[in-house]
Amino acid sequence: MTQPIAPPPKKNPQVRSQSPTRPPEVRSRAAMHLTAAAAEGRFSLQRCGECGVVQYPPRDACGACLSTDLPWEDMPEGGTVLAETTVHASPRLYFRERMPWRSGTVQLDAGPTVLAHLHGDVPRHARVRIQARLDHSGQGVLIALPAQDTPNMEDDPLMRALSADPKHRRVLITDARSPHALALTRALRQAGAAMIFAGEPEGWRPYPQRAALEAEGVEILPMDVTDTISVQKLAGEIGGKTDILINTAQFLRPGGVLDRGDTGFARDELEVNYLGLMRLAQAFGPGMAARTADGVNSAIAWVNLLSAGALCNAQPFGSFSASQAGAYSLTQSLRAEFRSSGLRVMNVFFGPTEDDSWYQPLPPPRVTSSALARAVVNGLQRGLEDVWCGDIAMDLRDRFRRDPKVLEREMTMGGEGA
Amino acid sequence: MSTLADFAARIASGTIRVVDLTHTLDPDFPVIILPPEFGQCARFRMEEISAYDHRGPAWKWHNISMSEHTGTHFDAPSHWISGRDVPRGAVDEIDVADFIGPACVIDCSDGAAQNEDFELTVPVIEEWEKAHGKIPAGSWVLMRTDWSKRTGAPYLNMKDDGPHSPGPTPEAIRFLIDQRNIRGFGVETVGTDAGQGSHYTPPYPAHYYLHGAGKYGLQCLTGLDALPPTGAVLVAAPLKIKNGTGSPLRVLALVENT
Amino acid sequence: MGRPASYDGVALVAPFSTNYQRYSIDTAHHWIATALRGSLRAAGIGPADLDGFSVSSFTLFPDTAVGLTQHLGLCPRWLDHIPMGGASAGVALRRAARAIQAGDAEIIACVAGDTNHIDSFRQLLSSFSRFAMDASYPYGYGGPNASFALLTDRYMTDYGASRADFGHICVAQRENALRNPNAVMKKPLSMEQYLAARPIAEPIALFDCVMPCAGAEAFLVMSEDAARARNLPYARLSAAIERHNAHATDPIQLRGGWTMDVDVLWEQAGLGPGDMDLVQTYDDYPVISVMQIEDLGFCAKGEGAAFLRARDLTIAGDFPHNTSGGQLSAGQAGAAGGFIGMVEAIRQVTGQAGETQVRDARTASVSGFGMINFDRGLCSSAAVLSTGALA
Repeated sequence: MTQPIAPPPKKNPQVRSQSPTRPPEVRSRAAMHLTAAAAEGRFSLQRCGECGVVQYPPRDACGACLSTDLPWEDMPEGGTVLAETTVHASPRLYFRERMPWRSGTVQLDAGPTVLAHLHGDVPRHARVRIQARLDHSGQGVLIALPAQDTPNMEDDPLMRALSADPKHRRVLITDARSPHALALTRALRQAGAAMIFAGEPEGWRPYPQRAALEAEGVEILPMDVTDTISVQKLAGEIGGKTDILINTAQFLRPGGVLDRGDTGFARDELEVNYLGLMRLAQAFGPGMAARTADGVNSAIAWVNLLSAGALCNAQPFGSFSASQAGAYSLTQSLRAEFRSSGLRVMNVFFGPTEDDSWYQPLPPPRVTSSALARAVVNGLQRGLEDVWCGDIAMDLRDRFRRDPKVLEREMTMGGEGA
Repeated sequence: MSTLADFAARIASGTIRVVDLTHTLDPDFPVIILPPEFGQCARFRMEEISAYDHRGPAWKWHNISMSEHTGTHFDAPSHWISGRDVPRGAVDEIDVADFIGPACVIDCSDGAAQNEDFELTVPVIEEWEKAHGKIPAGSWVLMRTDWSKRTGAPYLNMKDDGPHSPGPTPEAIRFLIDQRNIRGFGVETVGTDAGQGSHYTPPYPAHYYLHGAGKYGLQCLTGLDALPPTGAVLVAAPLKIKNGTGSPLRVLALVENT
Repeated sequence: MGRPASYDGVALVAPFSTNYQRYSIDTAHHWIATALRGSLRAAGIGPADLDGFSVSSFTLFPDTAVGLTQHLGLCPRWLDHIPMGGASAGVALRRAARAIQAGDAEIIACVAGDTNHIDSFRQLLSSFSRFAMDASYPYGYGGPNASFALLTDRYMTDYGASRADFGHICVAQRENALRNPNAVMKKPLSMEQYLAARPIAEPIALFDCVMPCAGAEAFLVMSEDAARARNLPYARLSAAIERHNAHATDPIQLRGGWTMDVDVLWEQAGLGPGDMDLVQTYDDYPVISVMQIEDLGFCAKGEGAAFLRARDLTIAGDFPHNTSGGQLSAGQAGAAGGFIGMVEAIRQVTGQAGETQVRDARTASVSGFGMINFDRGLCSSAAVLSTGALA
């Protein structure tokens, strides 16, 4: 049984912080598909489009019939451990620092045999569940979990390494005024977050949920993502103990180009949604990236809440969608820039929400803040990179993947008329 | 000695005090809040261009951005719809002589301390005149409330039904314009109108009447408690912004020591 | 399957092994040149007389056999590069033998060697194969240790082999190695020490693992006529097989490609397992030696551990095995690990093994195994040698 992790002691200021090390990152292009599925929490392998044989490792031609038609398909997660080993020596620094490390040969119900990281609670030769997870290099790896959940299984060192679990970690919610801040706080508390900070812009302007946030024990601290100085100031204060940053700051107004007639709101959208993200990253990013090997409460994840309109412009939020597309692109740059540190960048895409009044005129379905908060926490616990929350976001994702141009055409109808 | 030489000498010697009536431009200084579907007043923002570093080795400088109506600022007649046809109604057109003039300070601080919706009424003005004489034509009338001593949320004092802060009644403003022909009206609050000024008829009477009559406004003043009821001279020159409806500015008061 | 032609008329001569070094500041080129020169000198042949050249190496990058010809001043009319790790010697030999039989070349040098810089092993592992890069290296597999640990674990489970059974192999080889002046390991190893060793990748412990080192091995292939004309001791190639990616659908590797070709091997040799005076198996891990004993027909599947346990595997024993100490005790000099058994076997059947000589050795089996591309070794080879002319 997994021993629960104790809350970490206060940091010894005389001890050097460990530098981040990483498992191997290089993969073939084919193997990147396993990573892409793992980024969304799916376990996917190639199945030959002609003979139906499931393939592993990923490859460019079927090992049974030489067909090059090898589509990726989500696989059943069952398997049986054929053999196992506990590694005590590795030339790879990342694993040396984590010895002993358990892994095994698993015969998948889907067919092939795989090598997988073994959870500590898996008995010898047992049935297991296989999942694909992102490792510290942001690449997909397979893990074998006990067939049934075990107590504290999320505290297994393997699980800590392959997730961004908020348990015992300190979280910064960048905008306390966000309609989602309170639900996020509650979900994070439930997930065992040690401390929750919230940035508060314009403290001179009251808002109803402040009292509720305080009642939840949130430390509310001044910060406005449009004000570089305030962002730098807060990073100076708590940047060294921000383990997870959730950027909730968002400026949303309806309107496209012609109906607005000016660039006022567009400027605000860019100031908050794009430049705000950049300011946060410039102020908090380097410190977090340096602390990704800092023990139980190491820095682990950077979370962006993005509209699914980042994928394709969504009326009547034409200009806002553009700001989201820009922000999305910026998060990809952040992924590249954080990669060497192992700091995870998780994007949570969502459609219209119940709790943001600007979506009030839109028809359902809408996402509640608590659903969004659950999606964030679940995504962190599973170490995801991309989370799609709510029916509209998933619908847009699927249509985008089917054909982006068709989606664009559908989303830009001119309406009936002459 | 010429008048100006004498003036300069008196400033140098301290017999004329220069009082700063200006708040520091600070990103976190409150601005007026309108319903969110309206355009909003930009906050003061400052971004470093370089700071003796790789972006510019020997110099430090910033880009700043703000609204015309951010911080301690000047309202020109063209700011309001009632003043849009006033000749020379924009900051770049106003006769620069208008930027220097005498000030009468009406102390409403006791009333404002007791009632955050305190109104400057005609009787309050008449009371003041009994003590300090009739307000001369061409004067700045400054409504002292000590509101500038508030910080954070109490400054804007936003409630569910909007902000609450003192200001003039429509009658009082009309009196100052029609009966006294003042130069302009200055306050320590975020607008020349009361926080609840939208509920008067007309809404925002100070803005409406002052600017319709070609008069000016000064907002977010501080340090009015350092001024005498009469006798101070204000230097309040806005930036020369083409067609500008107002401008952040440094407001100085010259006060003769007696 | 058609019956392959015999390797009659082919002679293996001039076996040469360099000393082995744990770490070397020299290059693979240096080690290969050293072994080649040693072999040529032993045969009294100059580089200009060489018209065939076969190379196996992991650390030549960016060079291949082609670059080596210019580097070493060779002008062969037959050139081969065998990137097959532990199976290299058998594969190189088969190809060279056919070239000699066909007259494509008259004297072929088969050389394998690698250097071992600090950190070069780690770098080699990280780029070993695409499947390893995608599907084993990311799992903490510091090279083949963990892969073989898994096979060992399954082998022990299915066939009831014990750690002591593997220890029996390792302890005997150490004793053999103490007679080999080139070996890296110079101290005796007891069963107690073997069993008490620190775990590397359970159930594999320290003495189940080879020591990566620098070194090279070489021998020459020519016709029997040529060997006799030069008055050189030589071995005959009685039989040889190779196989790649055998039993691909076995969920885990408990047998190698030898099982597919073992009948051909003994039929071609006209001999059986019981006729062997000594046995050289590829011993990167003891479980692989056990597998070869089984798959080459010395005993039935699953009985290898008991078979070996009942025998004395030392030079003077009833089943001389890996007489130079093998890789487990002499060291694994990269691709030379695939040659160590072959070169030793040539020495043995030609009576040139010196301190490690098995008395009256006339026949030997030499098997090779290599290339953990992902979860299993893909290449297998085996050869039967017999005495042509004694020294």
